Amino acid sequence: MTRLISFLRTNVGSKVVLAATGAVLFLFLVGHMLGNLQIFEGPERLNVYAAFLKSTGELLWGARAMLLVAVTLHIATAVKVTLANWRARPVGYAYRKDIETDYAARTMIVTGPLVFLYVAYHLMMFTWLTTGPGYSETDVYTNVVSAFQVPVISIVYIVAMLILGTHLYHGIWSMLQTVGISNPRYRWLRRTVAPVVAIVIAAGYIAIPVAVLVGIVK
Amino acid sequence: MELNAKIPSGPLEKKWEKHQFDMKLVNPANKRKYKVIVVGSGLAGGAAAATLGQLGYEVNCFCYQDSARRAHSIAAQGGINAAKNYQNDNDSIFRLFYDTIKGGDFRSREANVYRLAEVSSAVIDQCVALGVPFGREYSGYLANRSFGGAQVSRTFYARGQTGQQLLLGAYSALSLQVALGQVKMFPRHEMLELVVTDGRARGIVVRNMVTGEVTSHTADAVVLATGGYGNTYYLSTNAKGCNATAIWRAHRKGALFANPCFTQIHPTCIPVAGEHQSKLTLMSESLRNDGRIWVPKKADDQRNPRDIPEGDRDYYLERKYPSYGNLAPRDISSRAAKQVCDEGRGVGPGGRGVYLDFVEAIGRLGESVIRERYGNLFEMYEQITGENPYKQPMRIYPAMHYVMGGLWVDYNLMSNVEGLYVIGEANFSDHGANRLGASALMQGLADGYFILPCTINDYLARISPANRLKTDDAAFKQAEQDVQQRTTRLLSAKGTRTVDSFHRELGDLMWNNCGMGRNEKGLKEALAKIPPLREEFWRNVRVPGSAGDFNQSLEKAGRVADFMELAELLVYDALQRDESCGAHFREEHQTPDGEAARDDERFSFVSAWEFKGVGQTPVLHKEPLVFESLHPTQRSYK
Amino acid sequence: MKLMLKIWRQEGPGKKGALVAYPMDDVSPDMSFLELLDTLNEQLIGKGEVPVAFDHDCREGICGSCGFMISGEAHGPAKLTTTCQLFMRHFKDGDTIIAEPFRSRAFPIIKDLVVDRSSLDKIVQAGGFISARTGSSPDANAMLIPKNKADRAMDAAACIGCGACVAACPNGSAMLFTAAKISHLGLLPQGQPERHQRALRMVNKMDELGFGACSNHGECEAVCPKGITIDFIARMNRDYMRASTTETMEPVKRV
Repeated sequence: MTRLISFLRTNVGSKVVLAATGAVLFLFLVGHMLGNLQIFEGPERLNVYAAFLKSTGELLWGARAMLLVAVTLHIATAVKVTLANWRARPVGYAYRKDIETDYAARTMIVTGPLVFLYVAYHLMMFTWLTTGPGYSETDVYTNVVSAFQVPVISIVYIVAMLILGTHLYHGIWSMLQTVGISNPRYRWLRRTVAPVVAIVIAAGYIAIPVAVLVGIVK
Repeated sequence: MELNAKIPSGPLEKKWEKHQFDMKLVNPANKRKYKVIVVGSGLAGGAAAATLGQLGYEVNCFCYQDSARRAHSIAAQGGINAAKNYQNDNDSIFRLFYDTIKGGDFRSREANVYRLAEVSSAVIDQCVALGVPFGREYSGYLANRSFGGAQVSRTFYARGQTGQQLLLGAYSALSLQVALGQVKMFPRHEMLELVVTDGRARGIVVRNMVTGEVTSHTADAVVLATGGYGNTYYLSTNAKGCNATAIWRAHRKGALFANPCFTQIHPTCIPVAGEHQSKLTLMSESLRNDGRIWVPKKADDQRNPRDIPEGDRDYYLERKYPSYGNLAPRDISSRAAKQVCDEGRGVGPGGRGVYLDFVEAIGRLGESVIRERYGNLFEMYEQITGENPYKQPMRIYPAMHYVMGGLWVDYNLMSNVEGLYVIGEANFSDHGANRLGASALMQGLADGYFILPCTINDYLARISPANRLKTDDAAFKQAEQDVQQRTTRLLSAKGTRTVDSFHRELGDLMWNNCGMGRNEKGLKEALAKIPPLREEFWRNVRVPGSAGDFNQSLEKAGRVADFMELAELLVYDALQRDESCGAHFREEHQTPDGEAARDDERFSFVSAWEFKGVGQTPVLHKEPLVFESLHPTQRSYK
Repeated sequence: MKLMLKIWRQEGPGKKGALVAYPMDDVSPDMSFLELLDTLNEQLIGKGEVPVAFDHDCREGICGSCGFMISGEAHGPAKLTTTCQLFMRHFKDGDTIIAEPFRSRAFPIIKDLVVDRSSLDKIVQAGGFISARTGSSPDANAMLIPKNKADRAMDAAACIGCGACVAACPNGSAMLFTAAKISHLGLLPQGQPERHQRALRMVNKMDELGFGACSNHGECEAVCPKGITIDFIARMNRDYMRASTTETMEPVKRV
């Protein structure tokens, strides 16, 4: 236990926590996306899937609890590390040039909270059903379609997914690097896989409102 | 003054073993009561401080750099010699001993050099144990390369950064001792005075280079590992901070200075680019394996080198030394380059350079082979000069590199001042009149890891730590006052010239009159010019800032002030040594074909100089060199 | 060429500093950046002003003494280059160049461009060594080290400890420096006995000294004059994780 505590206390340990919780959230994103994409198979398929999820009962709550823990740790550690990073350079440079880093990497601490805010809104709309135009407990399909038929909701969703994609773009490669999955020979692979995966996930999610807006899904 | 080198009796190969047995020892439980000061944290100082700490002594280690890891040993490129005979090529302790003595032109002590060769093997073992990533064969065994002046492959290397890796090894060992509290490091501290009472070294006075604070440090023994005085010449391959202040202050306090005129010039350095030049960069000698050295036949030939036809070129080394050609030893190729430049045939800015041309090798071997062999050196050259050596011949010129001379020490590496030890480049002991490549690292580490930690016991066992002076002793107070007075004098001159301008002038004078070739007229001229320059320095130097803070101009001023005194001694020694030997080439003494003509009858001795006051003629003491195992012969590289 | 230098001038620790402009005429493209500062300092002394303080020593790119930010980049615009090996031909006539000290909480400013990097020494003192007593070592060839391992260790060992990685890191992290040392010793068989303790001690020390965390920006690698890659950081993380599961950190002590 003392080993675990001292491990978590260091910056490297914190980064590993960020990577591990990030991995959990990433896996959720993949699963959630695959589930959602069933919308293209028609109302019945999606509603059966939703009903199935609900029928798992404790399992669902277990998964939700895990996600909740992962999100909490992810955010808490990110805040801790970010504060440590800010403290590490109390006086900034008059002029500093970025050479290697990119927009995604520099904005992790901004894209993270934005995604979090959106997730809250998203839960309100589709899980708690406290906002948005659809209010059926059982007809998820209609809820989604009627929500995305409102252009503002779709646009907000698309923007949120682009932000999520940006977060993932740096997050995926960063996760591999942090837990030490690194070999100079396969370096190019890591650097290519991360953007591809990020794009696939963002595109997968964005496909739904776009399909609703253009009328493929109605 | 009688110079006793304290060389143990008995056969050469038994001397060190016998001596180790004969030495008095300090009881392990008592070691922590003794305190040793080590000045310098390079290969010799770092290794010594770490090892003394391991033995249980309380050690204080001082360096002027901001970290012990930055000592100039770090810049050594080529490698480190050891008589391992891993290559099965007839190497042995005796052969390494022989090569070193011969390379030094029979001006070093047999017993010291033999011991160096003897411990060389353990040095490599120690470095490997500390994690030095030496070059390896595919089998996993250590690799070797050959180096100048030897016919065997006995040089261990870590790419072109051997010095760096060896130093980091010693630095890591030192770091452990610091963590254990056994060694206390004082980085950014410069030793400005040695305290001697009753003929014994008692401690030092240092200046904290950040705060300007001057403090005394007392100890039972003082070890100087402060490197060489090559920066007397202003431009050299030494680091900008390398200085002679520690050894010069010790010299002024009675330590004899041995063979100051033995200064080595390295033939393959990048030439001076202009007035702004602050130091010279060495290019590994290995370039001469494939490059051909030439200058135009006509003086003042301004054509592009590629437009000069073969017939108008003079491959002077190949012409003069047909069998060694471009691989002639350091001193010989350096002098030859100077000679052609003196004839007005030098190339590049100021006419001080010769071509090192790879076009023939590229044609023969292909550019890729050359790139593989020398790629990093070519890049370095291009970085500095902006010229592409694959297309255009390199320009090179000799530069001041290493000094064989230094404070006189006996077999125990103790100077004539009791309790004052001098190790590494700072002493004179092992390289005679010329050092072989890859031997400086060997000596530094041998002194630091193995020899000093052994011999110092004998001294410490004979004294009591109870008799250590307190820092409030009058001798320390006096020394602090001297330091402060000197500083005040430098700051209050408020003249018109900068420290650098004086240093440059001194350097030019030394390089021209006491550089690669020396003659009586030039040396006497230098002796006449140095005192007035020194006098002008003290009168007309401008040192800005104050004594009580970080003041790099003040640091430089103190060092240059000491170079001004040391330079004079160097010239005295060069004038006195009326022979040519090794790197000391007196133009009056050469064989008909221009080789160094040694005079064993008159000069088979170590010159050890005693300080008599600034501007006073120093007194020469001679330690005769006795050769029992070897017979001095004429070096020939024809 | 003509250049405009803007240099951070600060009298001492805790004093207020500012960028001061110095127009430079007659700059030779064959000058190194430090020689340009030498020239400026000669002029300043001539005018009775205090010269610019900057760390430097070997001027061959190996001692690691020199280094400051040059127009926003540690060691300036040339790749794989220390400040002392940066020549003015990399700049254009009329350029404005900003020189600022390396900034990090762990590198307090001493004066002008000079910072105190002794925190890097402290990281090494925490565990960057193999505790091999002088004289205790077996024959150097008693231990076989595959060439690729030795080469890889050398890649990491090439670090000159200049601190550019810390300076360039948006988080002021010393991970590249620490990872290079941990990897150098951890790749070699000699380094195995202390491998776990080394990783634990050095990683903890970094935090204690106030260095930031790694966010995998890669800025450190981009400015490293010795081309040390962030693959070593991944390796250090791996080592640290393994060490954390198998050992508890102990202080450095004598046997």
